[in-house]
Amino acid sequence: MNDVVVVDYGAGNTRSVRAALTHLGLTSEVTSEPAAIASAPFVVLPGVGSARSAMEHLVTTGADRALRERFGDGRAILGICLGMQLALESSEEDGGVECLGLLEGNVVRLHADRVPRLGWALVEPWGEAFYFAHSFVCESTSTVATSDGLAVAVESGSFLGVQFHPEKSGDAGLKFLERCLSLA
Amino acid sequence: MPLPRLIPCLDVANGRVVKGVSFVGLRDVGDPVELAAHYSAGGADELVFLDIAATPDDTQTMTSVVAQVADVLEIPFTVGGGVRSVEDASRIIESGADRVSLNSAALADPSLIGAIAERYGSQAVVVAIDAGDGVVHTHGGRVATDVATLAWAKEVGDRGAGEILLTSIAQDGKRTGFDLELTAAVRDAVSIPVIASGGAGSAAHVADALRVTDAALIASIVHENPSGLPGLRREIEALGIPLRPFKERT
Repeated sequence: MNDVVVVDYGAGNTRSVRAALTHLGLTSEVTSEPAAIASAPFVVLPGVGSARSAMEHLVTTGADRALRERFGDGRAILGICLGMQLALESSEEDGGVECLGLLEGNVVRLHADRVPRLGWALVEPWGEAFYFAHSFVCESTSTVATSDGLAVAVESGSFLGVQFHPEKSGDAGLKFLERCLSLA
Repeated sequence: MPLPRLIPCLDVANGRVVKGVSFVGLRDVGDPVELAAHYSAGGADELVFLDIAATPDDTQTMTSVVAQVADVLEIPFTVGGGVRSVEDASRIIESGADRVSLNSAALADPSLIGAIAERYGSQAVVVAIDAGDGVVHTHGGRVATDVATLAWAKEVGDRGAGEILLTSIAQDGKRTGFDLELTAAVRDAVSIPVIASGGAGSAAHVADALRVTDAALIASIVHENPSGLPGLRREIEALGIPLRPFKERT
């Protein structure tokens, strides 16, 4: 069995996440197969694409139920960017999308000086800079870290979600991933 | 606000870096994968690859370069040149690039911007604008169009582009500083971030650009001394520009 299942939802770039995992000496596979999501030691819900098409893909493949069951069993899931947003109750993206509802909270359109919010920014209280690329942002009582006052990490039970891209955040990102995976 | 970004740009043709890179400290200066890893280790915030050949054969080669780069790079990268359709963008993004950059294809068919943004998000679409004398140019800056630079910048933002890569044709390659007036005017006209390009000859030039906009593209200033990137970062920071915290790998 592979160390990590990277959940496939039919769009975008899972290659970089897998490359970072490989760099850390971990094996991984990209799949939306519910049995694989249920049994993997660790699951990453990655982050490129749009909320509606991602949720449709998760529902069609049954990956949504597998993720909810996994969360209910207290088994580790890391959500990255859109993968973090999908774990909340709903998103304003694409005219409104019902999401997985693992955590309390909603995803709203980002109002900032520049949108998309692109680039490296400090995350507090962690004291590290990570790479961001987003136009929507989470509002949740499960917020555990912020950047420029925005909720950029949410945690509840066995789910940790981050708005930044650890797989694109150089050494800081690799260290973050390593820490997450060793805690699992 | 995210921190200002320093973005080295590599020109690539047929799988090789084609110009202006000196060989200090590199085994194979023409290998985009090795050079990308070198710049990443030296503190680049992001990279841009411009495919300057973009012939059908070359496009295949570029796809394989993108995949190899994605496997070694832990910072974001953008690929431009030869992106003419949603399929071209898909091929590049699904090979591991974070973003594609559109130039003349967006002018020929502006709906392409929205079509790619809808599929991959605005953050995945950069529109490159080659500007001179108030209008947009094509063919590497040689041919003037009748499209006004500021109007086009606004339009690409409205159509869903996530960033503008703005090159001043007059300053490009001169190494006498960025066109700050043009950069500020374009940035004021839009609500998306703007990368300044053309004219970087010193740390002071880059610092000046980063005072008026979000990111600066650099080429010959790093290519002539690829190992000098950490030093360039320190000089820019000494001029009061906060770059991301970065520790050189030892």
